Amino acid sequence: MSDAALPTGFAVARVAASLRDAAVAAGLAAVLAFFFLALRTDIATGGLTITTRWFLFGTAVMLVFFGRLLLNLFFFKRGTGAERAVVAGAAVLAAGIWSAIGAAGFGAGLRSMLIGMVAAAIVVAILALVSHWRGGGAQAAGDKALKAAGMPRISILTSWLGKALFAFAVILPFFFAYFFPKQDRQYIDLAILIMTYIMLGWGLNIVVGLAGLLDLGYVAFYAVGAYSFALLAQNFGFGFWLALPLAGILAGCWGLVLGFPVLRLRGDYLAIVTLAFGEIIRVVLLNWYDFTNGPDGISGIPKPTLFGLEFKRGEGGFADFFGIAYDPIQRFIFLYYIIFCLALLTNFVTMRLRKLPVGRAWEALREDEIACRSLGINTTNTKLTAFAIGAMFGGFAGSFFATRQGFISPESFSFLESAIILAIVVLGGLGSQIGVVISSVVMIGGIELLRNIGFLKQVFGPEFEPTQYRMLIFGLAMVLIMVWKPRGLISTREPTAVLKERKRIGADMVAQGEGH
Amino acid sequence: MSATSPATTGVRRWEKDPILTVEHLTMRFGGLVAVGDLSFDVGRGDITALIGPNGAGKTTVFNCVTGFYKPTEGRIVMRHGPGANDALVERVTQSAAQHAEAGGSSVFLLERMPDHLISNKACVARTFQNIRLFGGMTVLENLLVAQHNSLMLASKFTFGGIFGIPSYRRAENQAREKAVYWLEHVDLIDRADDPAADLPYGDQRRLEIARAMCTGPQLLCLDEPAAGLNPRESAELNELLQFIRAEHGTSVLLIEHDMGVVMEISDHVVVLDYGEKISDGSAEEVRNDPKVIAAYLGVDDEAEIDIPEVRADISHGKQPAAGEAGGDSAAGGGQ
Repeated sequence: MSDAALPTGFAVARVAASLRDAAVAAGLAAVLAFFFLALRTDIATGGLTITTRWFLFGTAVMLVFFGRLLLNLFFFKRGTGAERAVVAGAAVLAAGIWSAIGAAGFGAGLRSMLIGMVAAAIVVAILALVSHWRGGGAQAAGDKALKAAGMPRISILTSWLGKALFAFAVILPFFFAYFFPKQDRQYIDLAILIMTYIMLGWGLNIVVGLAGLLDLGYVAFYAVGAYSFALLAQNFGFGFWLALPLAGILAGCWGLVLGFPVLRLRGDYLAIVTLAFGEIIRVVLLNWYDFTNGPDGISGIPKPTLFGLEFKRGEGGFADFFGIAYDPIQRFIFLYYIIFCLALLTNFVTMRLRKLPVGRAWEALREDEIACRSLGINTTNTKLTAFAIGAMFGGFAGSFFATRQGFISPESFSFLESAIILAIVVLGGLGSQIGVVISSVVMIGGIELLRNIGFLKQVFGPEFEPTQYRMLIFGLAMVLIMVWKPRGLISTREPTAVLKERKRIGADMVAQGEGH
Repeated sequence: MSATSPATTGVRRWEKDPILTVEHLTMRFGGLVAVGDLSFDVGRGDITALIGPNGAGKTTVFNCVTGFYKPTEGRIVMRHGPGANDALVERVTQSAAQHAEAGGSSVFLLERMPDHLISNKACVARTFQNIRLFGGMTVLENLLVAQHNSLMLASKFTFGGIFGIPSYRRAENQAREKAVYWLEHVDLIDRADDPAADLPYGDQRRLEIARAMCTGPQLLCLDEPAAGLNPRESAELNELLQFIRAEHGTSVLLIEHDMGVVMEISDHVVVLDYGEKISDGSAEEVRNDPKVIAAYLGVDDEAEIDIPEVRADISHGKQPAAGEAGGDSAAGGGQ
């Protein structure tokens, strides 16, 4: 049934309801914004002075009003195309007029008017696109044939995306060295950072995505891995390649230690206890001064070598051995390939484990623990293996982190790290490997990208400090993604065994396990 | 306890060769006695039905047998191999062991075993009253998860499997064949690659039975397998259970409200009411037992007064909700 077939009375009632709703929202915004935006107190000699900022106040209220109205018509109540066009036009017009008033009455200049127009136009364009896209999606969902035709297309898309990303990751350091020779070090460093988070995300994906156990203290394993390597190097002179497996094993053992007490816990309690364990590790590292050097951290952690060849200038180094010119970038390229291989190993093992009985048991555990027990699966061991293997990869990543930084201190292993890793997994889609890659690039790359938003100064004026808004923009982007895709970017599940035809399983069927 | 099994003499078939013996089973939840001093046998190769009005304690018995509850008192013995094996049972009971093996037959004390070992070692599989499938996994995956323990051994506890050793590949192929076999017999082969949550209700019930059978059980416990099925699906379920017993020699213990299913396929019926056994015998005997008629199948008012046991029950204040049970009898008992 098309919108045109609806009775006119209904459409009018809908617009009226949308307007009413938007007015209420704007009223609320006005009350809240009055004290925060309209009035400003400044410390002056002899006390406080109040300055009023009516233009800012009015802008905020209008933004809320039109934003709410557009949301109503585009998402909540699904207005007709004509209604949307009228309201969108009105929004742009109002923004323009308001900016002009601002320009004339408040002396904010021509620039602010332009900003208003541009911002409104962008918002409308985004909403129209999203609404068009969602409308298309809803139609496909309604039509079985279209859905059946659409599913493989998406599947092919993600599989090609995976291949393309992999190919790009292989040539990445040379790509940057060739095309951006001035900034190659910066970009490769960023790629190393992203790759580390991809690996951590894949490791945590085993625990959270496959076994469905919400772990808020994953950074503990990262810390155990990093400190294992640092202490082994400092006290026993171990090199990177010898310490790497040991760090993984030690972190895996810590995973078992952490796994035992949390076995019986479910839901929120599981999340809280894992969070506490993560903090315990950090606090111990901070306070056990004799062993860990406390807040001073450990420095002088050896760099990795290529079969004994160090990446240094002069005699016996990598460049000297191969008879090429020394360039500090060589070490970064090497580091990049180490973390790339470690991440690939994580991915390979995880994909392999998913198709083995233990991986299927993890997923079955996420789906229904009681049914697992009735089928003779030892849920204790299954949970412990998930914790231990996830922790082991965290440990590998940790020892890489230590060798890359050359210096570690407990500061690097705060709860924020756990939160970022978990956010990567959730944003990418629980259990999805490619989702973790995309969300790592978006999150870590995005945070870094927002450091370089100097161009916003040209829009908002020289006194605008873009880095201050970095986390705000980032948070907004995350909220938008979760509104748009509540189960993560890639939310479908690939079956691990296929009889005739590979079909993807929609997110609505897949359980999320404990703590969600 | 007064188990009135009317008529017939001598030792019953299920007493001679029981696969499962429940002895003096008591389950208390705080002050509530859900099951009180219950004893019954499940014959090897029999289809045994556990029936009773709502809240009679049937599912509690199931949960005790399959290890989800630890019984307050009592002994639950599972036997592999023929005969009652009384001497061996006594020996295990005296020792601290969970099970013992002698002369090719083994005995398991289920009340001492954790739930996953009851399925894995004692070979008791179960289904659930509210279906518990792995909804986000495909039908085929559900059946592969059920073969976890044998596959785990074949994959050398994952260490071999991760390198793809040939013996694991063979085991996986066998597991798939077993899954396909059961999918064909529950008529779900065309939906093997669909998520289990996508199946209609009746299919989900059959899939749950197939999944339980994939664990290779000697005793299959079904908690209301016919609930929510239409008459045609009920008839198919009967056939499936007959097939399971005939082809695989699996004994079946089922809880059921659908009297059509119970009376048609059960060799042995145990009737519970208020956690106690009120009748135990063949389907025919139980159907004609006045206590059962009164407690479960329901009778009209005049008939109730004429049965001495019922009068005794009324004077003890133990009369069940006759109206509700009467409705059941109109649907099922009257055939």
